[in-house]
Amino acid sequence: MSKPLKQIHLAAHFPGVNNTTVWTDPASGSQIDFSSFAHLARTAERAKFDFLFLAEGLRLREQNNQIYDLDVVGRPDTFTVLSALAAVTDKLGLAGTINSTFNEPYDVARQFASLDHLSAGRAAWNVVTSWDEFTGQNFRRGGYLAQEDRYERARQFLAATWELFDSWQGDEIVADKESGTFLKNPAPGRFDHHVSQFDISGHFDVPRSPQGRPVIFQAGDSEEGREFAAAGADAIFTRHGTLEDGRAFYADVKRRLARYGRSPDDLKILPGVTYVLGDTDAEARERADVVRHQQVSGQTAIKFLEQLWNRDLSSYDPDGPLPAIDPLVGENTVARGRASVRMHRDPLATAAQWRALAEEKKLSIRELIIEVTGRQSFIGSPATVADALDEFVQTDAGDGFILVPHLVPGGLDEFADTVVPLLQERGVFRTEYEGDTLRDHLGLGELRAGDADRRAAS
Amino acid sequence: MPRSPSALHLAVALDGAGWHPAAWREPAARPGELFTARYWADLVTEAEQGLLDLVTIEDALSLQSTDLDGLDGRTDQVRGRLDAVLIAARIAPLTRHIGLVPTTVVTHTEPFHVSKAIATVDFVSGGRAGVRVKVSGRGDEAAHFGRRTVPRLRVDELDTPAGRAALKELFDEAADYVEVLRRLWDSWEDDAEIRDAATGRFIDREKLHYIDFEGDRFSVKGPSITPRPPQGQPIVSALAHRTEPFRLVARSADLGFVTPRDTAHATEIVTEIREAQTAAGRADETVHVFGDLVVFIDDDPAAAADRKAALDERAGAPYTSDARVFTGTPAQLADLLQDLQQAGLTGFRLRPGTLPHDLTAITRGLVPELQRRGAFRTEYRADTLRGLLGLTRPVNRYADV
Ligand SMILES: Cc1cc2nc3c(=O)[nH]c(=O)nc-3n(C[C@H](O)[C@H](O)[C@H](O)COP(=O)(O)O)c2cc1C
Repeated sequence: MSKPLKQIHLAAHFPGVNNTTVWTDPASGSQIDFSSFAHLARTAERAKFDFLFLAEGLRLREQNNQIYDLDVVGRPDTFTVLSALAAVTDKLGLAGTINSTFNEPYDVARQFASLDHLSAGRAAWNVVTSWDEFTGQNFRRGGYLAQEDRYERARQFLAATWELFDSWQGDEIVADKESGTFLKNPAPGRFDHHVSQFDISGHFDVPRSPQGRPVIFQAGDSEEGREFAAAGADAIFTRHGTLEDGRAFYADVKRRLARYGRSPDDLKILPGVTYVLGDTDAEARERADVVRHQQVSGQTAIKFLEQLWNRDLSSYDPDGPLPAIDPLVGENTVARGRASVRMHRDPLATAAQWRALAEEKKLSIRELIIEVTGRQSFIGSPATVADALDEFVQTDAGDGFILVPHLVPGGLDEFADTVVPLLQERGVFRTEYEGDTLRDHLGLGELRAGDADRRAAS
Repeated sequence: MPRSPSALHLAVALDGAGWHPAAWREPAARPGELFTARYWADLVTEAEQGLLDLVTIEDALSLQSTDLDGLDGRTDQVRGRLDAVLIAARIAPLTRHIGLVPTTVVTHTEPFHVSKAIATVDFVSGGRAGVRVKVSGRGDEAAHFGRRTVPRLRVDELDTPAGRAALKELFDEAADYVEVLRRLWDSWEDDAEIRDAATGRFIDREKLHYIDFEGDRFSVKGPSITPRPPQGQPIVSALAHRTEPFRLVARSADLGFVTPRDTAHATEIVTEIREAQTAAGRADETVHVFGDLVVFIDDDPAAAADRKAALDERAGAPYTSDARVFTGTPAQLADLLQDLQQAGLTGFRLRPGTLPHDLTAITRGLVPELQRRGAFRTEYRADTLRGLLGLTRPVNRYADV
């Protein structure tokens, strides 16, 4: 017998600020009304997904010193919208991206512990480390953190919140009316944390939550980011959504776990992926092409090019050839608040590659951008997509997926109705929730004693 | 539309198992469920059945204590709580009419985060959100954040020059904070999202605004990441006992909670707030002033007094509060409220001594009594909290007129 089939983990990403949501589609609904969030969450729960996921951006993006206006923009506060979603779902995990730079451990710990209580054990925290001064201008201390320090702060932040989450024993609330004992311990929640980023002590005021602490996600791809995840995360939200990339990333990250006394199953790798379905593969490919052209208008293509070129290219024709001039190298002054800009660490080399590609395939600016940005990950009939998803997971390119629909709020419906049953038939996806908490859904097992120490030491 | 002179607004203040420290030991109390959503949903649903304007949810950034600056070592009282803003959000989809006003501590939190959190409660509830801003002068709370120290002040020092200066600093910062909340709520005009396929623009960037707030303690650039909420401006409220907080209510809030001892005291308070309101240039704006009372209600006045006495005995001390403590029947309470109302209070926030008993006594005893007297609504006549409070939806300060 071959080894048993891996079970696929599935999550739904409510698409926030981005150019992938096709807001011009007549079926596109509100990006901010609660009904949209509730619909996506209910669909995900109906399909037995592990969790719903929200990204975060704490300042509106700008380009050429103006607020960027071509993409979907505007999003709710993460904690509160997840807490509200706990009211309209029973089992679905609720994962929120919360920055470790523009927050304080006490506040974040109490909100996640509260969310975990209010959702009966379904909270997850995607720890992101964005640090820029641009975003810092919205916060009390402003842009105070050097880039080199962001993972240091993130590590210390996580260790500090860990100490807070672990500061109450599970059985400290006695609430015995007869004897009049509410609390076992007169001073629960004790913590004391003195490190370079934090100088905090006292008593945490939220009793231990159902999961003990939220499930921890990490999103970030650098060497430091991978190490941070290996040391302290339960899951990674990654962009490595192709088989080849996925396998390399998977092998690299899982290899790192042993150093922290962890086994490969302790960390789930979940790429964010898109999909386009059709009755046939050909129909799906046609739909995908239409979607890509809706996602990347001529203006959007020029704006994307400007982000790499780091200069104003508004006089260029999106249906014409790439600029003959080179990108401006150095500090990015054109695009601000955009993580993707940092992906191209050598703009001149990328520009040369893009030129070569455009010449070879005879691509206009717009077609080139369609080609090089945000490829559709899974395109085809439900059977084709189910096959591809399964292969991806069984061959260790990932442990599952965070699916990003390109329509709000109905963009997951078709997937739930057509692909999920096929995965269930293959025996690679649950037909019923087996547990109540997100840790249960992700198969993460019990929290282990010493987790906090191990992470703090990392 | 002029309000009938006898109509009053009613709020309840929810905290733990009730405001009496022994409340959690009452037969109907559910002390083991204080950290569940169901507990809060049941309370707020009950309040909504009583047609109340709003509930407030207490909060702090430290464990409850009888000591003003640290733990008291007690194990016989409720300790621990959940974040009030998250409770409000969790309850919002389960209710339809009642206003949801969580407490938030402004001394240590980020106005940018809180602005979008309250805006989101407003979206989730369809326009029923508010916030009660609270300053913290507690040393233990400051140590939880490790970013600043706060001056150590005893209550009896608050009226010394040093005390007044310290209060002024905390409340000036709170006023800045509220200003930032409000500017961020306005930082998107209502029609900023245009979805103009012809030009490819999702938003009209001319309708988004940097707030460029610069204060003594912090600065915030803006705009918000969250669009303008349904009410435009969710309700801002504050509890106030003395001049500095009265000024905060007068210059920054839509609703103040005050603690009059009697009608004469209520008159003094209302006069002081109205004068400060005029001085702040807000004379023509509606600022509600609600009187706070802790209530123990039973159909027989002796039963209410006995119940409180028994609770006091369990707690080991007579219960006292910053607010007046009432024991009696729904009709006696209605008399008292109508009497106090003469001083110019526009409503009351009742703090149930025990939950759910005194909440149910409000919704099923006091409310029908007030309705019989024509002093309280018999149905919800608005879908938003602003609507319930008779406040119009504010024009956006950044919109071109
Ligand atoms: C898949 C993925 C999703 C991310 N989502 C967010 C996000 O929602 N909000 C945010 O501020 N940063 C986000 N980031 C940025 C990361 O927090 C991090 O700052 C960035 O990737 C740089 O870290 P690195 O150098 O380790 O890659 C994301 C990164 C990745 C790879």
